[in-house]
Amino acid sequence: MSEHDISVTVNGEQHELSVEPRTLLVTALRDELGYTGANVGCETGRCGACTVRVNGEAIKSCTRLAVQADGSEIETVEGLGENGDLSALQERFQEHHGLQCGYCTPGMLVTAETFLRENDDPSREEIREAIEGNLCRCTGYQNIVDAIEATADQLGEHR
Amino acid sequence: MYTNDFDYYRADSVDDALALLGDHDGAELVAGAHGLLPRMKTGEESPPALVDISQLSGLAAIEETDGSSGDSGGDGVSIGALATHTDIANSEIVRQRATALADAAAELGDPQVRNGGTIGGNLAHGDARSDPPAALLALDGSLVARSAGGERTIDATDLFEGPFETAVSSDEIVTGIRIPTADDAVSGYYKRRNPLSGYAMVGVGVWLRTDGETVQEARVAVTGATTTPTRLPGVEDELEGAAVTEEAITAAAAQAGTTLPDEAFVSDVQASAEYRAHLLTVDTERVLGEVLDVDYSSH
Ligand SMILES: Cc1cc2nc3c(=O)[nH]c(=O)nc-3n(C[C@@H](O)[C@H](O)[C@H](O)COP(=O)(O)OP(=O)(O)OC[C@H]3O[C@@H](n4cnc5c(N)ncnc54)[C@H](O)[C@@H]3O)c2cc1C
Ligand code: FES
Ligand code: FES
Repeated sequence: MSEHDISVTVNGEQHELSVEPRTLLVTALRDELGYTGANVGCETGRCGACTVRVNGEAIKSCTRLAVQADGSEIETVEGLGENGDLSALQERFQEHHGLQCGYCTPGMLVTAETFLRENDDPSREEIREAIEGNLCRCTGYQNIVDAIEATADQLGEHR
Repeated sequence: MYTNDFDYYRADSVDDALALLGDHDGAELVAGAHGLLPRMKTGEESPPALVDISQLSGLAAIEETDGSSGDSGGDGVSIGALATHTDIANSEIVRQRATALADAAAELGDPQVRNGGTIGGNLAHGDARSDPPAALLALDGSLVARSAGGERTIDATDLFEGPFETAVSSDEIVTGIRIPTADDAVSGYYKRRNPLSGYAMVGVGVWLRTDGETVQEARVAVTGATTTPTRLPGVEDELEGAAVTEEAITAAAAQAGTTLPDEAFVSDVQASAEYRAHLLTVDTERVLGEVLDVDYSSH
Protein backbone atom coordinates (compact mmCIF):
# COMPACT_ATOMS: atom_id res chain seq x y z
CA MET A 1 0.00 0.00 0.00
CA SER A 2 1.07 3.51 -0.74
CA GLU A 3 2.76 5.85 1.69
CA HIS A 4 2.62 9.61 1.46
CA ASP A 5 5.35 12.08 2.28
CA ILE A 6 4.04 14.92 4.38
CA SER A 7 5.51 17.92 6.07
CA VAL A 8 4.13 19.41 9.28
CA THR A 9 5.29 22.04 11.73
CA VAL A 10 4.83 21.00 15.34
CA ASN A 11 5.35 23.64 18.02
CA GLY A 12 7.43 25.62 15.56
CA GLU A 13 9.64 22.74 14.46
CA GLN A 14 9.32 21.36 10.95
CA HIS A 15 9.12 17.61 10.35
CA GLU A 16 9.07 15.51 7.19
CA LEU A 17 7.58 12.05 7.48
CA SER A 18 5.99 9.28 5.50
CA VAL A 19 2.55 7.98 6.49
CA GLU A 20 0.01 5.43 5.37
CA PRO A 21 -3.28 7.08 4.39
CA ARG A 22 -5.06 5.45 7.33
CA THR A 23 -2.64 6.77 9.96
CA LEU A 24 -4.51 9.06 12.34
CA LEU A 25 -2.98 12.43 13.12
CA VAL A 26 -2.68 11.51 16.80
CA THR A 27 -0.81 8.30 15.89
CA ALA A 28 1.64 10.18 13.69
CA LEU A 29 2.26 12.75 16.42
CA ARG A 30 2.80 10.16 19.13
CA ASP A 31 4.41 7.21 17.38
CA GLU A 32 6.24 8.84 14.48
CA LEU A 33 7.25 12.18 15.93
CA GLY A 34 7.38 11.47 19.67
CA TYR A 35 4.88 14.11 20.78
CA THR A 36 3.24 11.88 23.34
CA GLY A 37 1.43 14.73 25.10
CA ALA A 38 -1.73 14.21 23.11
CA ASN A 39 -3.33 11.10 24.59
CA VAL A 40 -5.56 8.50 23.02
CA GLY A 41 -8.64 7.93 25.13
CA CYS A 42 -11.62 6.86 23.09
CA GLU A 43 -10.50 7.16 19.46
CA THR A 44 -14.07 8.09 18.58
CA GLY A 45 -13.92 11.87 18.85
CA ARG A 46 -15.72 11.99 22.19
CA CYS A 47 -13.19 12.36 25.00
CA GLY A 48 -10.90 15.15 23.79
CA ALA A 49 -7.70 13.66 25.27
CA CYS A 50 -6.15 13.91 21.79
CA THR A 51 -6.94 17.62 21.31
CA VAL A 52 -4.27 19.60 19.46
CA ARG A 53 -4.37 22.84 17.50
CA VAL A 54 -4.17 22.64 13.73
CA ASN A 55 -3.69 26.03 12.06
CA GLY A 56 -4.90 27.69 15.25
CA GLU A 57 -8.04 25.62 15.77
CA ALA A 58 -8.46 23.00 18.47
CA ILE A 59 -9.49 19.67 16.96
CA LYS A 60 -9.51 16.04 18.01
CA SER A 61 -6.49 14.50 16.35
CA CYS A 62 -7.97 10.98 16.43
CA THR A 63 -10.63 12.13 13.99
CA ARG A 64 -8.31 13.56 11.33
CA LEU A 65 -5.97 11.68 9.02
CA ALA A 66 -2.29 12.55 9.35
CA VAL A 67 -2.04 12.89 5.58
CA GLN A 68 -4.73 15.59 5.70
CA ALA A 69 -2.52 17.65 8.00
CA ASP A 70 0.19 17.98 5.33
CA GLY A 71 1.47 21.55 5.30
CA SER A 72 -0.21 22.57 8.54
CA GLU A 73 1.00 24.18 11.75
CA ILE A 74 0.28 21.97 14.73
CA GLU A 75 0.52 22.90 18.39
CA THR A 76 0.49 20.29 21.12
CA VAL A 77 0.59 20.53 24.91
CA GLU A 78 4.40 20.32 24.74
CA GLY A 79 4.35 23.76 23.12
CA LEU A 80 2.32 25.57 25.78
CA GLY A 81 5.09 26.59 28.16
CA GLU A 82 8.20 28.51 27.15
CA ASN A 83 11.84 27.58 27.81
CA GLY A 84 10.85 24.73 30.08
CA ASP A 85 8.57 26.90 32.23
CA LEU A 86 4.93 26.11 32.66
CA SER A 87 2.38 28.45 31.09
CA ALA A 88 0.08 30.49 33.34
CA LEU A 89 -2.73 28.03 32.65
CA GLN A 90 -0.56 25.04 33.51
CA GLU A 91 0.48 26.68 36.79
CA ARG A 92 -3.13 27.37 37.72
CA PHE A 93 -4.01 23.72 36.98
CA GLN A 94 -1.28 22.73 39.42
CA GLU A 95 -2.40 25.21 42.11
CA HIS A 96 -6.10 24.39 41.88
CA HIS A 97 -5.60 20.62 41.58
CA GLY A 98 -7.12 20.65 38.10
CA LEU A 99 -5.82 17.15 37.51
CA GLN A 100 -5.60 13.81 39.24
CA CYS A 101 -4.49 11.00 36.92
CA GLY A 102 -3.60 13.55 34.28
CA TYR A 103 -4.85 11.61 31.30
CA CYS A 104 -7.30 14.26 30.15
CA THR A 105 -4.97 17.13 31.04
CA PRO A 106 -3.05 17.69 27.77
CA GLY A 107 -6.30 17.92 25.80
CA MET A 108 -7.95 19.98 28.52
CA LEU A 109 -5.05 22.45 28.50
CA VAL A 110 -4.97 22.85 24.72
CA THR A 111 -8.74 23.37 24.61
CA ALA A 112 -8.74 25.85 27.50
CA GLU A 113 -5.75 27.77 26.17
CA THR A 114 -7.42 28.13 22.78
CA PHE A 115 -10.65 29.23 24.42
CA LEU A 116 -8.92 31.89 26.56
CA ARG A 117 -7.34 33.40 23.44
CA GLU A 118 -10.82 34.17 22.17
CA ASN A 119 -12.56 34.92 25.45
CA ASP A 120 -10.39 36.35 28.21
CA ASP A 121 -13.26 37.22 30.54
CA PRO A 122 -15.49 34.15 30.56
CA SER A 123 -18.28 33.21 32.96
CA ARG A 124 -18.11 29.80 34.64
CA GLU A 125 -20.92 28.66 32.39
CA GLU A 126 -18.91 29.66 29.29
CA ILE A 127 -15.91 27.78 30.65
CA ARG A 128 -18.02 24.67 31.12
CA GLU A 129 -19.30 24.94 27.56
CA ALA A 130 -15.77 25.43 26.25
CA ILE A 131 -14.58 22.15 27.79
CA GLU A 132 -17.69 20.23 26.79
CA GLY A 133 -15.62 18.14 24.38
CA ASN A 134 -13.08 17.11 27.02
CA LEU A 135 -14.06 14.36 29.41
CA CYS A 136 -12.39 13.94 32.80
CA ARG A 137 -13.05 10.83 34.82
CA CYS A 138 -11.26 12.01 37.96
CA THR A 139 -11.75 15.59 39.02
CA GLY A 140 -15.45 16.23 38.67
CA TYR A 141 -14.47 19.31 36.62
CA GLN A 142 -14.84 21.77 39.50
CA ASN A 143 -11.12 22.32 39.94
CA ILE A 144 -10.55 22.46 36.20
CA VAL A 145 -13.10 25.25 35.89
CA ASP A 146 -11.47 26.98 38.89
CA ALA A 147 -8.06 26.79 37.23
CA ILE A 148 -9.32 28.20 33.93
CA GLU A 149 -11.22 30.94 35.73
CA ALA A 150 -8.15 31.87 37.78
CA THR A 151 -6.08 32.07 34.59
CA ALA A 152 -8.65 34.38 33.00
CA ASP A 153 -8.63 36.57 36.14
CA GLN A 154 -4.85 36.71 36.00
CA LEU A 155 -4.91 37.63 32.29
CA GLY A 156 -7.55 40.24 33.14
CA GLU A 157 -5.19 41.95 35.60
CA HIS A 158 -2.80 42.56 32.71
CA ARG A 159 -5.50 44.01 30.46
CA MET B 1 -7.56 1.94 15.90
CA TYR B 2 -6.89 1.42 12.23
CA THR B 3 -9.36 1.54 9.41
CA ASN B 4 -9.07 -0.78 6.44
CA ASP B 5 -6.48 0.24 3.87
CA PHE B 6 -7.44 2.77 1.29
CA ASP B 7 -5.76 4.92 -1.34
CA TYR B 8 -5.58 8.65 -0.81
CA TYR B 9 -5.67 11.46 -3.34
CA ARG B 10 -5.64 15.15 -2.59
CA ALA B 11 -7.59 17.39 -4.95
CA ASP B 12 -6.35 20.86 -5.72
CA SER B 13 -9.51 22.08 -7.42
CA VAL B 14 -13.15 21.05 -7.73
CA ASP B 15 -12.45 19.87 -11.31
CA ASP B 16 -9.50 17.86 -10.09
CA ALA B 17 -11.66 16.26 -7.39
CA LEU B 18 -14.31 15.33 -9.96
CA ALA B 19 -11.64 13.82 -12.21
CA LEU B 20 -10.19 11.81 -9.29
CA LEU B 21 -13.66 10.53 -8.36
CA GLY B 22 -14.14 9.48 -11.99
CA ASP B 23 -10.75 7.74 -12.21
CA HIS B 24 -11.01 5.64 -9.05
CA ASP B 25 -13.84 3.18 -8.66
CA GLY B 26 -15.70 3.51 -5.38
CA ALA B 27 -13.70 6.58 -4.32
CA GLU B 28 -15.39 8.88 -1.80
CA LEU B 29 -14.79 12.48 -0.91
CA VAL B 30 -13.42 13.37 2.49
CA ALA B 31 -13.68 16.84 4.01
CA GLY B 32 -13.59 17.12 7.82
CA ALA B 33 -13.51 13.31 8.22
CA HIS B 34 -15.82 13.68 11.23
CA GLY B 35 -18.65 11.75 9.64
CA LEU B 36 -16.64 9.27 7.60
CA LEU B 37 -13.69 8.36 9.82
CA PRO B 38 -15.73 7.17 12.83
CA ARG B 39 -17.68 4.89 10.48
CA MET B 40 -14.52 3.67 8.73
CA LYS B 41 -13.04 2.76 12.12
CA THR B 42 -16.01 0.55 12.90
CA GLY B 43 -16.06 -0.90 9.38
CA GLU B 44 -19.52 0.47 8.62
CA GLU B 45 -17.96 2.18 5.61
CA SER B 46 -14.87 1.03 3.79
CA PRO B 47 -14.20 3.07 0.66
CA PRO B 48 -11.21 1.82 -1.38
CA ALA B 49 -10.05 5.38 -1.99
CA LEU B 50 -10.57 8.85 -0.55
CA VAL B 51 -10.40 12.11 -2.46
CA ASP B 52 -9.50 14.86 0.00
CA ILE B 53 -11.17 18.21 -0.62
CA SER B 54 -10.42 19.67 2.81
CA GLN B 55 -7.62 21.88 1.52
CA LEU B 56 -9.53 23.43 -1.40
CA SER B 57 -9.61 27.18 -1.08
CA GLY B 58 -12.58 29.42 -1.75
CA LEU B 59 -15.23 26.93 -0.65
CA ALA B 60 -15.82 28.21 2.88
CA ALA B 61 -17.26 31.68 2.28
CA ILE B 62 -20.48 32.85 3.92
CA GLU B 63 -22.19 35.65 2.00
CA GLU B 64 -25.47 37.45 1.61
CA THR B 65 -26.85 37.20 -1.90
CA ASP B 66 -29.02 39.89 -3.36
CA GLY B 67 -32.02 38.99 -5.51
CA SER B 68 -31.60 42.04 -7.70
CA SER B 69 -28.13 40.96 -8.75
CA GLY B 70 -29.37 38.18 -10.97
CA ASP B 71 -28.88 34.43 -11.02
CA SER B 72 -29.18 33.57 -7.33
CA GLY B 73 -32.97 34.01 -7.53
CA GLY B 74 -34.02 36.20 -4.60
CA ASP B 75 -32.41 37.42 -1.39
CA GLY B 76 -30.55 34.79 0.47
CA VAL B 77 -27.49 33.48 2.19
CA SER B 78 -24.85 31.42 0.44
CA ILE B 79 -22.53 29.16 2.43
CA GLY B 80 -19.55 27.30 1.01
CA ALA B 81 -19.53 23.53 1.53
CA LEU B 82 -16.28 23.63 3.48
CA ALA B 83 -17.54 26.15 6.04
CA THR B 84 -17.11 24.51 9.44
CA HIS B 85 -19.87 24.39 12.01
CA THR B 86 -17.83 26.93 14.00
CA ASP B 87 -17.76 29.29 10.99
CA ILE B 88 -21.54 29.02 10.75
CA ALA B 89 -22.21 29.33 14.49
CA ASN B 90 -20.05 32.47 14.61
CA SER B 91 -21.40 34.09 11.45
CA GLU B 92 -23.42 37.24 12.09
CA ILE B 93 -25.03 36.83 8.64
CA VAL B 94 -26.30 33.33 9.43
CA ARG B 95 -27.39 34.35 12.94
CA GLN B 96 -29.45 37.26 11.54
CA ARG B 97 -30.78 35.79 8.30
CA ALA B 98 -30.96 32.04 8.91
CA THR B 99 -31.10 31.73 12.70
CA ALA B 100 -32.19 28.09 12.70
CA LEU B 101 -28.95 27.04 11.00
CA ALA B 102 -26.82 29.13 13.38
CA ASP B 103 -28.64 27.49 16.31
CA ALA B 104 -28.09 24.00 14.85
CA ALA B 105 -24.38 24.67 14.27
CA ALA B 106 -23.94 26.05 17.78
CA GLU B 107 -25.65 22.98 19.31
CA LEU B 108 -23.69 20.47 17.25
CA GLY B 109 -21.18 18.24 19.03
CA ASP B 110 -18.63 20.22 21.03
CA PRO B 111 -16.15 23.01 20.21
CA GLN B 112 -13.52 20.74 18.66
CA VAL B 113 -16.10 18.81 16.62
CA ARG B 114 -17.53 22.10 15.37
CA ASN B 115 -14.02 23.07 14.23
CA GLY B 116 -13.54 19.71 12.55
CA GLY B 117 -16.74 19.06 10.60
CA THR B 118 -18.06 20.88 7.54
CA ILE B 119 -21.62 21.73 6.56
CA GLY B 120 -21.23 20.14 3.12
CA GLY B 121 -20.05 16.85 4.61
CA ASN B 122 -22.76 16.91 7.22
CA LEU B 123 -25.57 17.32 4.68
CA ALA B 124 -24.10 15.00 2.04
CA HIS B 125 -23.62 12.20 4.57
CA GLY B 126 -27.25 11.90 5.61
CA ASP B 127 -26.73 10.88 9.23
CA ALA B 128 -30.31 11.08 10.52
CA ARG B 129 -29.14 12.21 13.97
CA SER B 130 -27.48 15.33 12.58
CA ASP B 131 -28.61 18.81 13.56
CA PRO B 132 -28.27 20.90 10.36
CA PRO B 133 -30.81 18.89 8.29
CA ALA B 134 -33.84 20.08 10.31
CA ALA B 135 -32.64 23.67 10.01
CA LEU B 136 -32.04 23.37 6.27
CA LEU B 137 -35.51 21.86 5.75
CA ALA B 138 -37.21 24.55 7.81
CA LEU B 139 -35.29 27.27 5.96
CA ASP B 140 -36.20 25.70 2.59
CA GLY B 141 -32.53 25.66 1.62
CA SER B 142 -30.86 23.76 -1.16
CA LEU B 143 -27.47 22.34 -2.09
CA VAL B 144 -25.46 23.29 -5.14
CA ALA B 145 -23.79 20.16 -6.52
CA ARG B 146 -21.30 19.81 -9.35
CA SER B 147 -20.46 16.78 -11.43
CA ALA B 148 -18.59 16.32 -14.69
CA GLY B 149 -21.95 16.91 -16.38
CA GLY B 150 -22.45 20.36 -14.84
CA GLU B 151 -24.13 21.97 -11.87
CA ARG B 152 -27.53 21.25 -10.33
CA THR B 153 -29.56 22.31 -7.33
CA ILE B 154 -30.84 19.77 -4.83
CA ASP B 155 -33.71 21.02 -2.70
CA ALA B 156 -33.57 20.07 0.98
CA THR B 157 -36.92 18.32 0.59
CA ASP B 158 -35.35 15.95 -1.99
CA LEU B 159 -32.05 15.46 -0.16
CA PHE B 160 -32.63 12.92 2.59
CA GLU B 161 -33.47 9.52 1.14
CA GLY B 162 -32.73 7.23 4.08
CA PRO B 163 -30.15 6.57 6.80
CA PHE B 164 -26.79 7.61 5.26
CA GLU B 165 -28.45 7.95 1.87
CA THR B 166 -28.79 11.30 0.20
CA ALA B 167 -29.56 12.58 -3.28
CA VAL B 168 -25.91 13.64 -3.62
CA SER B 169 -24.52 11.02 -5.98
CA SER B 170 -21.08 9.44 -5.80
CA ASP B 171 -19.76 11.46 -8.74
CA GLU B 172 -20.90 14.80 -7.33
CA ILE B 173 -19.38 17.48 -5.13
CA VAL B 174 -21.52 19.76 -3.03
CA THR B 175 -19.96 23.19 -3.47
CA GLY B 176 -22.36 25.19 -1.36
CA ILE B 177 -25.69 25.80 0.29
CA ARG B 178 -28.29 28.41 -0.61
CA ILE B 179 -30.89 29.66 1.83
CA PRO B 180 -33.62 32.07 0.76
CA THR B 181 -34.31 34.83 3.29
CA ALA B 182 -37.20 37.18 4.00
CA ASP B 183 -37.18 40.26 6.21
CA ASP B 184 -40.39 39.33 8.04
CA ALA B 185 -39.32 35.75 8.80
CA VAL B 186 -38.05 34.28 12.08
CA SER B 187 -36.51 30.87 12.61
CA GLY B 188 -34.91 28.69 15.23
CA TYR B 189 -33.77 25.18 16.12
CA TYR B 190 -34.15 23.28 19.36
CA LYS B 191 -32.10 20.21 20.17
CA ARG B 192 -32.69 17.57 22.78
CA ARG B 193 -29.35 15.86 23.08
CA ASN B 194 -28.98 12.15 23.23
CA PRO B 195 -27.02 11.99 26.51
CA LEU B 196 -24.86 9.13 25.21
CA SER B 197 -23.90 10.24 21.71
CA GLY B 198 -24.45 13.99 21.97
CA TYR B 199 -26.29 13.85 18.65
CA ALA B 200 -29.94 14.89 18.42
CA MET B 201 -32.42 12.59 20.13
CA VAL B 202 -34.95 15.09 18.82
CA GLY B 203 -34.17 18.25 16.87
CA VAL B 204 -36.83 20.63 15.61
CA GLY B 205 -36.27 23.46 13.14
CA VAL B 206 -38.95 26.09 12.54
CA TRP B 207 -39.30 28.99 10.14
CA LEU B 208 -42.26 31.37 10.32
CA ARG B 209 -43.50 34.51 8.66
CA THR B 210 -45.86 36.52 10.82
CA ASP B 211 -47.29 40.03 10.95
CA GLY B 212 -46.94 39.85 14.72
CA GLU B 213 -50.51 38.62 15.24
CA THR B 214 -51.07 35.87 12.70
CA VAL B 215 -48.76 33.23 11.25
CA GLN B 216 -48.73 33.66 7.48
CA GLU B 217 -46.38 30.91 6.47
CA ALA B 218 -44.74 28.10 8.43
CA ARG B 219 -42.18 25.38 7.88
CA VAL B 220 -41.36 22.88 10.61
CA ALA B 221 -38.93 19.96 10.33
CA VAL B 222 -37.56 17.20 12.53
CA THR B 223 -34.25 15.38 12.79
CA GLY B 224 -33.03 12.68 15.15
CA ALA B 225 -36.43 11.34 16.14
CA THR B 226 -37.16 9.99 12.67
CA THR B 227 -35.27 7.60 10.39
CA THR B 228 -34.69 10.49 7.98
CA PRO B 229 -35.00 14.23 8.57
CA THR B 230 -38.37 15.42 7.31
CA ARG B 231 -40.90 18.26 7.30
CA LEU B 232 -43.98 18.08 9.53
CA PRO B 233 -46.88 19.06 7.22
CA GLY B 234 -49.60 18.66 9.87
CA VAL B 235 -47.92 21.20 12.13
CA GLU B 236 -47.34 23.62 9.27
CA ASP B 237 -50.99 23.44 8.14
CA GLU B 238 -52.24 24.05 11.67
CA LEU B 239 -49.93 27.04 12.11
CA GLU B 240 -50.71 28.84 8.88
CA GLY B 241 -53.41 31.42 9.53
CA ALA B 242 -53.31 30.76 13.29
CA ALA B 243 -53.02 33.52 15.86
CA VAL B 244 -49.70 33.93 17.65
CA THR B 245 -50.96 32.64 21.00
CA GLU B 246 -49.99 29.93 23.44
CA GLU B 247 -53.17 27.97 22.63
CA ALA B 248 -52.51 28.00 18.89
CA ILE B 249 -48.93 26.87 19.37
CA THR B 250 -49.99 24.02 21.63
CA ALA B 251 -52.62 22.92 19.10
CA ALA B 252 -50.12 23.01 16.23
CA ALA B 253 -47.42 21.19 18.19
CA ALA B 254 -49.92 18.48 19.09
CA GLN B 255 -49.88 17.51 15.40
CA ALA B 256 -46.14 16.80 15.50
CA GLY B 257 -46.39 13.31 16.94
CA THR B 258 -49.26 12.25 14.67
CA THR B 259 -48.61 13.86 11.28
CA LEU B 260 -46.04 11.17 10.41
CA PRO B 261 -46.67 7.43 10.24
CA ASP B 262 -45.55 5.49 13.37
CA GLU B 263 -42.82 3.71 11.42
CA ALA B 264 -41.18 7.06 10.61
CA PHE B 265 -39.86 7.22 14.19
CA VAL B 266 -36.63 5.66 15.40
CA SER B 267 -36.98 3.07 18.13
CA ASP B 268 -33.91 1.87 20.00
CA VAL B 269 -32.60 1.02 23.46
CA GLN B 270 -32.60 4.66 24.44
CA ALA B 271 -36.11 5.66 23.47
CA SER B 272 -39.11 3.95 21.91
CA ALA B 273 -40.78 5.38 18.83
CA GLU B 274 -43.74 6.36 20.98
CA TYR B 275 -41.55 8.27 23.42
CA ARG B 276 -39.71 10.03 20.59
CA ALA B 277 -43.06 11.08 19.08
CA HIS B 278 -44.06 12.46 22.47
CA LEU B 279 -40.78 14.37 22.85
CA LEU B 280 -41.22 15.74 19.35
CA THR B 281 -44.53 17.30 20.37
CA VAL B 282 -43.05 18.79 23.52
CA ASP B 283 -40.00 20.15 21.71
CA THR B 284 -42.01 21.54 18.79
CA GLU B 285 -44.12 23.47 21.29
CA ARG B 286 -41.00 24.75 22.99
CA VAL B 287 -39.20 25.96 19.88
CA LEU B 288 -42.35 27.59 18.48
CA GLY B 289 -42.82 29.43 21.78
CA GLU B 290 -39.20 30.58 21.72
CA VAL B 291 -39.19 31.75 18.12
CA LEU B 292 -42.57 33.49 18.40
CA ASP B 293 -41.61 34.93 21.77
CA VAL B 294 -44.66 33.48 23.50
CA ASP B 295 -44.07 32.97 27.20
CA TYR B 296 -44.04 29.32 28.17
CA SER B 297 -42.45 29.80 31.56
CA SER B 298 -45.58 28.55 33.30
CA HIS B 299 -45.04 25.06 31.80
C1 LIG C 1 -17.62 13.09 18.36
C2 LIG C 1 -18.50 13.61 17.27
C3 LIG C 1 -19.71 14.21 17.60
C4 LIG C 1 -20.57 14.70 16.62
N1 LIG C 1 -21.73 15.28 17.00
C5 LIG C 1 -22.57 15.76 16.06
C6 LIG C 1 -23.82 16.36 16.44
O1 LIG C 1 -24.16 16.50 17.63
N2 LIG C 1 -24.64 16.79 15.45
C7 LIG C 1 -24.31 16.69 14.13
O2 LIG C 1 -25.07 17.12 13.29
N3 LIG C 1 -23.13 16.13 13.75
C8 LIG C 1 -22.27 15.66 14.68
N4 LIG C 1 -21.08 15.08 14.28
C9 LIG C 1 -20.77 14.96 12.82
C10 LIG C 1 -20.28 16.25 12.25
O3 LIG C 1 -19.21 16.73 12.97
C11 LIG C 1 -19.83 16.30 10.79
O4 LIG C 1 -20.23 17.56 10.37
C12 LIG C 1 -20.42 15.57 9.70
O5 LIG C 1 -21.12 14.47 9.97
C13 LIG C 1 -19.49 15.35 8.53
O6 LIG C 1 -18.80 16.49 8.05
P1 LIG C 1 -17.32 16.28 7.55
O7 LIG C 1 -16.88 17.52 6.90
O8 LIG C 1 -16.50 15.80 8.66
O9 LIG C 1 -17.50 15.19 6.40
P2 LIG C 1 -16.66 13.87 6.08
O10 LIG C 1 -16.65 12.95 7.23
O11 LIG C 1 -15.38 14.24 5.49
O12 LIG C 1 -17.59 13.27 4.95
C14 LIG C 1 -18.88 12.74 5.26
C15 LIG C 1 -19.54 12.23 3.99
O13 LIG C 1 -19.90 13.31 3.14
C16 LIG C 1 -19.23 13.23 1.90
N5 LIG C 1 -18.81 14.59 1.59
C17 LIG C 1 -18.04 15.40 2.35
N6 LIG C 1 -17.95 16.62 1.79
C18 LIG C 1 -18.67 16.56 0.65
C19 LIG C 1 -18.95 17.51 -0.38
N7 LIG C 1 -18.49 18.77 -0.33
N8 LIG C 1 -19.71 17.11 -1.42
C20 LIG C 1 -20.21 15.85 -1.49
N9 LIG C 1 -19.98 14.93 -0.54
C21 LIG C 1 -19.21 15.28 0.51
C22 LIG C 1 -18.11 12.25 2.10
O14 LIG C 1 -17.82 11.56 0.90
C23 LIG C 1 -18.67 11.32 3.15
O15 LIG C 1 -19.48 10.36 2.58
C24 LIG C 1 -20.20 14.59 15.24
C25 LIG C 1 -18.97 14.00 14.89
C26 LIG C 1 -18.14 13.51 15.88
C27 LIG C 1 -16.83 12.88 15.49
S1 FES D 1 -9.02 9.98 21.65
FE1 FES D 1 -9.62 11.55 20.32
S2 FES D 1 -11.42 12.25 21.24
FE2 FES D 1 -10.93 10.55 22.49
S1 FES E 1 -7.46 13.89 35.65
FE1 FES E 1 -7.91 11.82 35.26
S2 FES E 1 -9.17 11.98 33.53
FE2 FES E 1 -8.99 14.02 34.10
